[in-house]
Amino acid sequence: MNFLRQALAVAAKDLRSEIRSKESINASLAFALVILLLFSFAFDPTSDQVREIAGGLLWLVFAFAGTLILNRSFARELVNDCLDALLASPVSGAQLFLGKALANFLILLVVECLSIPVFTVFYNVHWKQSIGLFFVVMILGTWGLTVIGTLFSAMTVNLRLRELMLPMLVYPMMIPALMGAIQLSSLLVAGEPLGADNQIWFRLLIAFDVIFTALALALVETVLVG
Amino acid sequence: MRTKLIVILSVLAGALLAWNLHTIFLRVPDEASQGAIFRIFYFHFPAAVTSFTCFFVAMFSGLVYLNKRDLRFDAAAAAINEVAFAFATITLITGMIWGRIIWGIWWAWDPRITSYFICLLMYFGYFMMRRAVDEPHRRARLSAVLSILASVDIVIVWKSIEWFRTQHPGPVLEIRGGGGMAPGMEAPLFWNCLAFLLLESALVLVRMRQQSIQSEIESLRRYAHAF
Repeated sequence: MNFLRQALAVAAKDLRSEIRSKESINASLAFALVILLLFSFAFDPTSDQVREIAGGLLWLVFAFAGTLILNRSFARELVNDCLDALLASPVSGAQLFLGKALANFLILLVVECLSIPVFTVFYNVHWKQSIGLFFVVMILGTWGLTVIGTLFSAMTVNLRLRELMLPMLVYPMMIPALMGAIQLSSLLVAGEPLGADNQIWFRLLIAFDVIFTALALALVETVLVG
Repeated sequence: MRTKLIVILSVLAGALLAWNLHTIFLRVPDEASQGAIFRIFYFHFPAAVTSFTCFFVAMFSGLVYLNKRDLRFDAAAAAINEVAFAFATITLITGMIWGRIIWGIWWAWDPRITSYFICLLMYFGYFMMRRAVDEPHRRARLSAVLSILASVDIVIVWKSIEWFRTQHPGPVLEIRGGGGMAPGMEAPLFWNCLAFLLLESALVLVRMRQQSIQSEIESLRRYAHAF
């Protein structure tokens, strides 16, 4: 219980500072909108084919916009040696990580919820009964992205060329989660039913989330402290 | 001692490879449906086995580093990963050549091939990250963690042939639940795996020696700059 309380304290601190400064959320939302706009130049946004690839587009937007949030996650602690202070505090590495992952998850979820109406309007998507299931996919996929992303944010925080290293390392790692989320979202956006053979993608998403959350919690102390 | 080991391993690997080449190209008959191109499997499969084995050995070496904090294990992990990366590239290229002949395309976006490519990208990131960290212990720690994470992905690659509907041929060998190859055709495959593993070990030892020489040069350079 104490473990969770301290992790939530870290998450609350991150969210509070984000609500006050709004630096990640604004940058990431603006970036998401720009990508949605750019995609419309790459192909005809009103054609029926777009609906088949719409899930993929959406997750690419989320992944790109997410990296901006993740990059800031640990980097914002570098000023005034805040990271050292956090590590010296009684909060363990795993708690710090979990708190930051939760904060990133919520921020990214807000960005996603704001981009979806824009996406719906731009690409003429008709949501049927699938919106509820889509939110489940969104939550599972977003947790996968943030848990891996936050761990890599911790790994790259002190590296040279941090901004370049994070996307290069994190995108290949995210791919299984992205694959599952894209596959399911494309079906849901197209309004097709999820057959039994697509359950495997749900399982893949859940397995990815569980495995990488466990690994990240186990390894983050090594990454941050040594 | 190490030089002797390198020579012994290289000679063994060379002799075994020469003997295998003789068997594969002169003794083994063409496969019934694929013709001569199936011989590429004798290189594709051993290279894949070697790279997988080595990625895992490197991960364990990283784990040992995390346990003992001895930089030699990190140097070994880096050397093994570098050579494994070369073998993984060979796997991908031989696979592409086979695909061009049999499927008519160089690249199929099949989950297993894609995952293998992802795996290569990850290790590319691993080498890039190693260059970006100066402090040796920090570099070793991050490398070990990245190696562990990448290995989890390799497991997904390994299992994906069963998880996903796939264009990649299903398991061929009997030990993995396939129908098996003709009796005379399977033995050279395992001999070539051994040859590749011996070659890999020799190359790893060479690479480790280069690394220790490199760090010696660096320390001498620092020493020279101190005056």
